[in-house]
Amino acid sequence: MFRARHDTPPEDGVTVTIDGHDVTVPPDTSVAAAALLAGLDHVRTTPVSGTPRAPYCMMGICFDCLMEIDGVPNRQACLEIVRPGMTVRRQDGARSLGAAP
Amino acid sequence: MVQADVVVIGGGIIGSAIAYGLRSLGCDVVLLDEGDVALRAARGNFGLVWVQGKGLGMRRYAEWARQSADLWPAFADELHARSGIDVAYRKDGGLMLCLGEDELNRRRWELAQLTHQAGPDGYDCTLLDRQQVQELIPDAPLGDEVSGGSYSPHDGDCNPLRLLNAVHHAFRAVGGQYRPDHRAETITREDDGFTVTANRTVFRAAKLVLAAGHGITHLAPQIGLQVPIHPERGQVLVTERVRPFLRLPINGIRQTDEGTIMLGSSAEDVGFDERTTADTMRHIADRNLRALPCLRHLRLNRVWGALRVLTPDDFPVYEQSVSHPGAYVATSHSGVSLAAIHAGPVARWIADGEEPSEFNQFSTKRFHVSGTA
Repeated sequence: MFRARHDTPPEDGVTVTIDGHDVTVPPDTSVAAAALLAGLDHVRTTPVSGTPRAPYCMMGICFDCLMEIDGVPNRQACLEIVRPGMTVRRQDGARSLGAAP
Repeated sequence: MVQADVVVIGGGIIGSAIAYGLRSLGCDVVLLDEGDVALRAARGNFGLVWVQGKGLGMRRYAEWARQSADLWPAFADELHARSGIDVAYRKDGGLMLCLGEDELNRRRWELAQLTHQAGPDGYDCTLLDRQQVQELIPDAPLGDEVSGGSYSPHDGDCNPLRLLNAVHHAFRAVGGQYRPDHRAETITREDDGFTVTANRTVFRAAKLVLAAGHGITHLAPQIGLQVPIHPERGQVLVTERVRPFLRLPINGIRQTDEGTIMLGSSAEDVGFDERTTADTMRHIADRNLRALPCLRHLRLNRVWGALRVLTPDDFPVYEQSVSHPGAYVATSHSGVSLAAIHAGPVARWIADGEEPSEFNQFSTKRFHVSGTA
């Protein structure tokens, strides 16, 4: 569905794990963009109705790109830049109380 | 000019509930409200439908709060049927948590007073030790300082914004006339009733109900009453949504039906300043994290301030003016808890003169100390 405007030489790419799949994206890519490049058709389901949602505004306003990043739930994926080895998961409904690292 | 049986001034939760009750009894009712920008305690409310602890020092109010809680389940069902809005009322009981031995001792004393005051009727609230509290909310590990608490089966909570919306919808659904952006300016007595001027329109009615919160201060003298009320600011913190873990509302902490955690409660004397402050937010967060440290990873989504409407003793006022018969005033800090009784017995009192027992205890006479020897 989405593709990068420029191919990135593999040696410059950053590899992150999104929903169990390794994805290599250009440096300075947001996690939301990485999720779209990885082919996810939604990144979360809403807490109340369970509706699937994907990144929308890409600038920190709409909160529709919430994902679990390195174990921390409900992060705004459009405001997080990929780091090598990052583990990103879909945010399925409401978070649990659980511990944050 | 608009003619009606009753004009209700104040579209917050108190005026709306009374107007809805009056309309349900067949009265032709106009409800005058301000606009979006108003001092509106009903939009800052925490959402408790609460009994325990209310009325310490006034037995009639303790009974009154309990009676409203008894009426609430049917009231919520009726609102749902008439408005299509589910106000998320639940009545599984409520908890008050105590930190440290002093707070627990104070709570023990308060419950003893309330029980003594209630006489043969008894007072249905149980003092709990720490373990009993934990058993009631097993998925929320207690902080080390929690010493115990108290539990009442009559307590509950609801979504207060949906409640206000539901009452407005139900009022209109049964034929009430709601007039937003109609701030009541002047009240004049006529031979056969009252005229109210609001937004350049004149409203005439045989009866008038003043339920305008802080607006009562300047309007009550126009119907011959002095109602001493003052503002008290409360701030509320709201977290991101979390999977359900808190099965009972607590004084100061409740999980809404949609998952957010609301945190209170603060009390500040700052006049009509509705702003939020970092110091008070920190105080609220600190207090509630000491009670439930498991909240510590949650992020806050919103904070707001709102102004309570308080009388000198914090108890409600219901009174018909002696000098202006047919004009009534109603005010209380507990508009959500008392919504069911306002829509029922209070509306019947105004519509049919059916006065609840010992109702004169709620008049402003209690504030006007006479110089008897």
